[in-house]
Amino acid sequence: MREKLLYGLGLAAILYLVRNLYVIFLVLPDEMAQGAIYRVFYFHLPGYFTAALCYLLAGIFSAMYLITRKWKWDSLAAAITEVGLPFAAMNLITGMIWGRIIWGIWWTWDPRLTSALISALIYAGYLMLRQAIPDPTERAKNSAVMAIFAFASVIFTYKSNEWFRTQHPGPVLSIRTGGGTIDPQMEWMLAHNLFALLLLAGLLLAIRWRQEERQREIESLRREALSFS
Amino acid sequence: MQGSAVMLSAQGVWRYFGDFPALRDITFEIEAGACVALLGHNGAGKTTLLKLLARLAAPQKGTIAAPPLTDTGYLGHGLGLYEDLSAIENLRFWGELHGAAAEASTEWLKRVELDHVAAAPVRQFSRGMRQRVALGRAFQHFPKLLVLDEPFTGLDERSVKLLQEVLREALGRGSTIVLSSHQIPEVMALATRTLKLDRGRLV
Amino acid sequence: MIAAAWQIARKDLRQELRSKESLNAALSLTVVLLILFSFAFDPAAEDSKQWSGGLLWLVYSFAGALIVNRSFARELMNDCLEALRASPVPSSALFLGKAVACFLILMGVELTALPAFCIFYDVSLLGAPLMFIATLALTTWAVTVLGTMFSALTVNLHMRELMLPVLVYPMLIPPLVAAIELTRGVITGEPASEIWFRLLIGFDIIFTALAVALAEVVLTD
Repeated sequence: MREKLLYGLGLAAILYLVRNLYVIFLVLPDEMAQGAIYRVFYFHLPGYFTAALCYLLAGIFSAMYLITRKWKWDSLAAAITEVGLPFAAMNLITGMIWGRIIWGIWWTWDPRLTSALISALIYAGYLMLRQAIPDPTERAKNSAVMAIFAFASVIFTYKSNEWFRTQHPGPVLSIRTGGGTIDPQMEWMLAHNLFALLLLAGLLLAIRWRQEERQREIESLRREALSFS
Repeated sequence: MQGSAVMLSAQGVWRYFGDFPALRDITFEIEAGACVALLGHNGAGKTTLLKLLARLAAPQKGTIAAPPLTDTGYLGHGLGLYEDLSAIENLRFWGELHGAAAEASTEWLKRVELDHVAAAPVRQFSRGMRQRVALGRAFQHFPKLLVLDEPFTGLDERSVKLLQEVLREALGRGSTIVLSSHQIPEVMALATRTLKLDRGRLV
Repeated sequence: MIAAAWQIARKDLRQELRSKESLNAALSLTVVLLILFSFAFDPAAEDSKQWSGGLLWLVYSFAGALIVNRSFARELMNDCLEALRASPVPSSALFLGKAVACFLILMGVELTALPAFCIFYDVSLLGAPLMFIATLALTTWAVTVLGTMFSALTVNLHMRELMLPVLVYPMLIPPLVAAIELTRGVITGEPASEIWFRLLIGFDIIFTALAVALAEVVLTD
């Protein structure tokens, strides 16, 4: 049953993404000032939102683990961090491509870019820490603490951005600006692609979560086997 | 229960490594003044249980009732001494943390005949000398509860005698002792009762 | 609680003053790096006042990593950490004591290396000495409080010396950027925006509170 649900979810995500790609490339017109390149934006912003949501959930799951000490929260936190990083990479890479065309440079030490990169590094560190701790209880506890620190520092870095001067374009979505800066058709497409990416992230989370749980079962069985020798 | 108060008790205690239960449904009560020998093979869960009793870890299920840490003396596998500090500095440090009087450390060193090297760094001590200093860590503040993990293992002859002596004194004062050991004769000479663990279960 | 934290800090300082293991290492690393950087960046260059402050903080943060690495690692010999956790000292006091000891050791190294920096890079900090001392103290606390926390988190790892900087440096970027900006202001004589000060203070408060709150979790199994 669960298998079939996952296959179904996977199929839906793929079809949705294909449909979105079709609209993005063949239906929607070029943007007035930027031309064709603006299309990376349909992955740039939804990728960022997806990654940010993953970071937030990783913090929540980790806190839940520390409160309840139930294994499922630990495996969920590990899985969601791993799922979030590719979306963070999507955000960074599309941003770099866009920057190369519009700004003429691949990278600039702009606070927003820097903080996105720092966040990715911090969460990569979280995964490294997990790998390095052999004992499952200690791994769950220490990486949960690290995830909370990571989230606090991502928020801190993000907030301190507002104090720095930035070269990055300002907010465009109508909820932030009150409308007027973005074509409604484009905003609608953004929402579509965000849902597609979230669906994909949900699917990946379900798969990785199960793998994490299996992995822990195997580790425990190995210990049990050792106790008989 | 008959007349003597319960010093230490465990109620349905479980402790896991991952999904693997290292301790399964442990329940017992230990009366004040008892000397309990904890027996069992390697990996049976002795160290895990003693760590729970010394509040180094908490059980995932069940409860443990034990006296506060100021009234507990714990000896693990390590000596718990700082190599760069002198014998007296080491004992004073641990004594202060447990709220022992400053003279207690000096008296302990006198007792184990190390007062002449009290100011020398532990780094320069022989193995036997270190052991005699380290025992003071658990005994100098006269705790009501002593939790000792394999205390006789690796001790030289003199330290074994010393340990038996201070354990008897502690019992004489009414302290409660829980200790695990492979050296069955040394322990059985003192024990009033035994608990045996087999693969995480009390048997 | 404060008394217990101070006992731990005093013990750590005494140990460090006896063995001088991280003091010597951190101090010589600092001086070597100051010399090496002078080949990469010309101290006689006209714009040297713009970047020499940043260089100083790079050097200091390397020294900081060496010092905090030892903080909990020094408790491993003879299982002292286990004995400490079995003692009545609250975990938050144990953590704070160790952080304070690291702070004092790192401050000592920084102040000792400061004249070398001023001479090698022809820098004067006397324009705004109080400003510089405040920056130094706030940033050093940021480095040590986060560093000590991660020293505790990684103490049981075989690769702790490698893991600690990888985990801590990305998180330390905001306070280090603030310290660099403030120090540049002191060196060039054009005061930096006070926003950087607020950032430093905010970072110190938030992460100290978080670390103290989570110390119990980290230090109990």
